[in-house]
Amino acid sequence: MAANDNELWWASETFWKKTTIWTTAVMFLVLVGLTLDTMSQIQVGGKRVPAYSAINHRIDYKMDESRHAQVPVIGIEEPLFGKKLTEQEAEALVDHGKLTMHAKNCMDCHTILGNGAYYAPDLTKAWLDPYWGSRGVREELMVAFIKDPTDKIHNSLGRRMPNLGVTDTEAHAVVAYLKWMSTIDTNGFPNNFKPIDQEN
Amino acid sequence: MTALRALDSANLNGGQKLAVKYFTVALALLGVQITFGLLAAVQFVMPDFLFGVVDFSIKRMVHINAMIVWMVFGFIGAVYWMLEEEAGAPTVGLKLGNIIFYVFTAAVLVVVAVYLLVQVGPGEIETQWFITEGREYTEAPRWADIGIVVCLLAFFYNVAATFSKGKVTGIGGVLLLDLVALAGIYTLGMFYTTNLTMDQYWWWWVIHMWVEATWEVMVGCMMAYGLMKVLGTSRKIVTTWLYLEVFMMFGSGILGIGHHYFWIGTPQYWLSIGGFFSALEPLPLVAMVVHAVYDAGVHKSRNNNHPAMGWLIAHAFGNFFGAGVFGFIHTLPQINLYTHGTQWSASHGHFAFYGAYATIIIAFFYIALQKWRGDVWMSGNLFGGWKWKWSMVLLNVGMLGMIMGMLVAGFAQSQIERAIGGATWTAFFAAQEHPWFVQGMHWRLAFGTMFAAGYALLVWDMLTIGKRETRPVQSHDDAALEAK
Repeated sequence: MAANDNELWWASETFWKKTTIWTTAVMFLVLVGLTLDTMSQIQVGGKRVPAYSAINHRIDYKMDESRHAQVPVIGIEEPLFGKKLTEQEAEALVDHGKLTMHAKNCMDCHTILGNGAYYAPDLTKAWLDPYWGSRGVREELMVAFIKDPTDKIHNSLGRRMPNLGVTDTEAHAVVAYLKWMSTIDTNGFPNNFKPIDQEN
Repeated sequence: MTALRALDSANLNGGQKLAVKYFTVALALLGVQITFGLLAAVQFVMPDFLFGVVDFSIKRMVHINAMIVWMVFGFIGAVYWMLEEEAGAPTVGLKLGNIIFYVFTAAVLVVVAVYLLVQVGPGEIETQWFITEGREYTEAPRWADIGIVVCLLAFFYNVAATFSKGKVTGIGGVLLLDLVALAGIYTLGMFYTTNLTMDQYWWWWVIHMWVEATWEVMVGCMMAYGLMKVLGTSRKIVTTWLYLEVFMMFGSGILGIGHHYFWIGTPQYWLSIGGFFSALEPLPLVAMVVHAVYDAGVHKSRNNNHPAMGWLIAHAFGNFFGAGVFGFIHTLPQINLYTHGTQWSASHGHFAFYGAYATIIIAFFYIALQKWRGDVWMSGNLFGGWKWKWSMVLLNVGMLGMIMGMLVAGFAQSQIERAIGGATWTAFFAAQEHPWFVQGMHWRLAFGTMFAAGYALLVWDMLTIGKRETRPVQSHDDAALEAK
């Protein structure tokens, strides 16, 4: 196998070439296997990524003692904007919200599931953020904010969100998408998050 | 007075003539990246700066997209540069390669013009096709995605056909495998789904497999060629090292993708798999440092191109510290829970992209310039040699300063926003308003300005280096004699 008789096997070109090819192939196959398993676990409607109609319910984020992590909890019926949607209607609405968030490039200021840019707050649990005050006013505050954020209170730094020309329909859809996003089981990210009080 | 050494393309082979076109655009786009990075850094300090005109999201998008494109142009240029020498045959389909270069460059200009002038679109699928996909790093609209894959395939055809006409060296074989992966993996991100977790799962296949696998292998090939050229290291040594490095890179990096699957809705087993394998990812980078430094030591650092050698060594250490150490410090899930999506990521990102990629592409610029001016002297007492040295100092110190500014800001953020505040809106701004964070952003801007000055000097040096030299390139034998 070695090129020369006096060559050490661990310094031989052919040995490392073969090792490289085999290792790459094996690792790639393991990744394909894991990907297939992951695909089956992250379908919408499963345990980790709930159905879009979850937006018809109250969402909470509670400590699961067995996992030592906070997990989303889908609670009592609490339709978004007071209107219960079918699975198809919910999917269409969430989809429109996601397309809007792509089109407005939200991810180049905010993070989504922790990925994106670091100029503005993470949106993973935006639906549950105590900033919105109370359950009663949250939905309308969010819609109003997304449509025209420039003059709303943000922080004491003077850092603001620009007006991105989001229509009323798009703003409602974005809120639906954010509500659905908060149902995804993210293995406890973010940690120590204190959700908005939804009891009253 | 002797004639000035002109940049004469008669000094270059076919592939190299095309390579210097790619290098020229790459150097210009680096300037675009730095400009928009500075504008974004100013907005961190003065939030109303260009507010409503070119918002932060747009600045940041141009900043990171210019980076990807200039680096890809640098890689393509580097491959065309070494192609004919490696294969021992003239580039096959060079005319197509030239057409593709102009198409690719024009497409980049159109994409950037749309970013700046149109910026955002309605929440419809058409926006993704013609304005922006709105996904970090892959913001380019879908038509451009298809264009990129077409360009990469044409490029692959040039490379594969040339190698099959000539001979496939070890470096050539690794390059071919790498380019197949590069083009193939990009297509996996080209779809839309409402399922956010699914979306981010495949999006990471593109980002991670490019940046932490195929790009690393690409620079491994570039380093192998660079050490042969600049130091005169033997082909057998660099090829053996290249295989060893690729073995460790793919061995750790393919499953290392799991460190992006901690918090996006994917199963819990990724916490262990991602943590373990990504923790191994620095190993090949250690090997690359050992390889480069050992080879330099064997040759007592005597080489025929001092600026290129300087940047190759900067690459070896930058790759190890920036991608390796700075990645490792927050790759374990127990830490990443508090650092994911904070300025830690920005700090690591700057160090890694600069240390691993910018440096070695700049080394190739110098290798190209030397030959372009007719194999001119670039060793000791180089005429105007202060320029490359000072630009290197300004760029390296500027970058390290930015990295440290962001890292301190990241420390404040992971404690105040994450550990204590639990990542709410209020907690986010509590951290952003904290003096440690604010000072970090000021330092970043100051050192970013220094970095920009280093770039200006680098461009000046690229335009003039070797111009007034009368001595021809120092041979490796002469360099070795001098070392004794």
